[in-house]
Amino acid sequence: MAHHGEHHYNLEQRFDFTAATKKSIMTVLVIGAILLGIGIVLAMTGGGHEEAGEAGGHAFHWYERLYANLWINNVFFTGIAIVGVFFFAIQFAAQAGWSAPLIRVMLSFGNWLPIAAVLMIGTFFLANHDLFHWTHSYLFDKNDPQYDSIIDGKGAFFYWPMEKGTFPVFYVARMIIFFGFWVFFFNKFKKISDQEDQLGGTSHWFKMRSWAAYFLVFFAVSSSISAWDWVMSIDTHWFSTLFGWYVFASWFVSGLSAITLLTIFLKGRGYLEMINQNHIHDLGKFVFGFSIFWTYLWFSQFLLIYYANIPEETVYFVERLTSDVYGPFIFVNIGLNFFLPFLVLMTRDAKRHGIFLKLVCSILLVGHWIDFFLMVQPGTLGHNGGIGFMEVGMFLVYGSAVALVVLSGLAKKNLIAKNHPMLVESYNHHI
Amino acid sequence: MERDTHFILGVYDDEDVLLHAVEKVRGSGVKIHEVYSPYPVHGLEHVLGYKRSRLPIAAFLFGMLGTSLALTMQFYMMRFDWPMIIGGKDYAAFPDFIPVSFEMTVLLAAFGMVGVFMISSNLKPWAQPRIFDLRATDDKHIMAIDIANNSSLEVEKIKEILKSSGATEINKKSFE
Repeated sequence: MAHHGEHHYNLEQRFDFTAATKKSIMTVLVIGAILLGIGIVLAMTGGGHEEAGEAGGHAFHWYERLYANLWINNVFFTGIAIVGVFFFAIQFAAQAGWSAPLIRVMLSFGNWLPIAAVLMIGTFFLANHDLFHWTHSYLFDKNDPQYDSIIDGKGAFFYWPMEKGTFPVFYVARMIIFFGFWVFFFNKFKKISDQEDQLGGTSHWFKMRSWAAYFLVFFAVSSSISAWDWVMSIDTHWFSTLFGWYVFASWFVSGLSAITLLTIFLKGRGYLEMINQNHIHDLGKFVFGFSIFWTYLWFSQFLLIYYANIPEETVYFVERLTSDVYGPFIFVNIGLNFFLPFLVLMTRDAKRHGIFLKLVCSILLVGHWIDFFLMVQPGTLGHNGGIGFMEVGMFLVYGSAVALVVLSGLAKKNLIAKNHPMLVESYNHHI
Repeated sequence: MERDTHFILGVYDDEDVLLHAVEKVRGSGVKIHEVYSPYPVHGLEHVLGYKRSRLPIAAFLFGMLGTSLALTMQFYMMRFDWPMIIGGKDYAAFPDFIPVSFEMTVLLAAFGMVGVFMISSNLKPWAQPRIFDLRATDDKHIMAIDIANNSSLEVEKIKEILKSSGATEINKKSFE
């Protein structure tokens, strides 16, 4: 509507992270920890013995499953955190006005990044051989019977400039550089946004737009490479040229779902009163559209491999589809991440009402976790994997820890960038 | 069909004035035939009280038609008409059919939607459009009121309402 009336919104509002909210998140964390504990005990005492003597001579240890779980959640929640920053940067690069009151909700997910960095690097050194086959030095020794010429050919990507099979300098350096720059950009955005609160004017917006553009260029490269490093290198022999995009799409849908859920949560608490159905509709369209984008990439990867039928490529899907453990989850993955959002969010009304979005976004977070589960576990655990107490527990522990960190970060500053030059445009947003 | 139709036209210079005028005119009980404007005026369909378009339903149905046609066509060709083994797969390998099915869905949905829109908006190539005022393609907003539809009101009364709602000109237009 074109009635540009006066608006009297409270721009000084600040999210109050109440003890009650903290307590409910802590309860989930404790439940998760208990489930995780049960899972560990079951894994220590239970299965795995009988396979110890199988061909390949690699005995399975219970802690490998723990490491694989740490890795799944590291990658998944790092993705949600960086997508928060990425979506924030997109708003400025695209000069978007509709989202002006929501930018701090997006940015708040970046608070998890420093912790994610520590966890990721820590897990890498802790798990090492148990997660990444390429860390074995015998693969690069031509005199060793287990010498692997394919992995030797890729070795420099991990070990340069050191000798292959020693310390993966290049790999670790990339991990540190990516997290370093992501945290740097996150802090930069936060700082400029805070300055804008104090000083006002449009100069901060222009400054933010430039920094957002730099970040997007860096993110375009780093998101792809981190997907090869952290996920694709698990199946060291195999490669897919669109894997970077595929992981990014999964991250983006998860991040958008998390942003939408947090927005609806805040709105339910009485914050963000300028956010109406039109803004929610836009978020819903993003979730809907990028769910289809994810499907497009998933299917493109599948179809080309299926059609060409080259053994070194098909091994990735054969390993998953023919497995009793993972086979059914392939279809769960497509059902939850494509058919559900596609059918439920297709109509306009479904995207404008919080209840549908809440349902779909919550399921999408689980669905994309399953996507990462399917990327990580078959290559690390083989038939010893699956979804049990440990998986559910670890997901709840990570999820509630992320919620605690993100919400405490959100509570520190004003919820709304009160001097953002496009706030009025956002109030009058109408679609 | 061949009876004369007479319209009163309100000419407006400004879109904000127009939006308030539409509310006011409708509020006074006058039924508006149509508003013509040189560019899309945001919120106009809302104040005119238009219901939401049912075009998406047409799009969905045509899309489903496209999917079904594409699947039937490929299945018939690959399984019965000229069976071929490609990439060591079965004759009817479902994943191979998805790209073509997708394209046919999009194609028929798009064509169907354009066709339905043209027919329902009287944009058929052979249609004779009524030109109310050529300035509606330049710098004026034209509100057309069908006198026959407002028989309960005096013509002078309608003109008065238009005048007070901010119309800069009031004209009459008749079509044969």
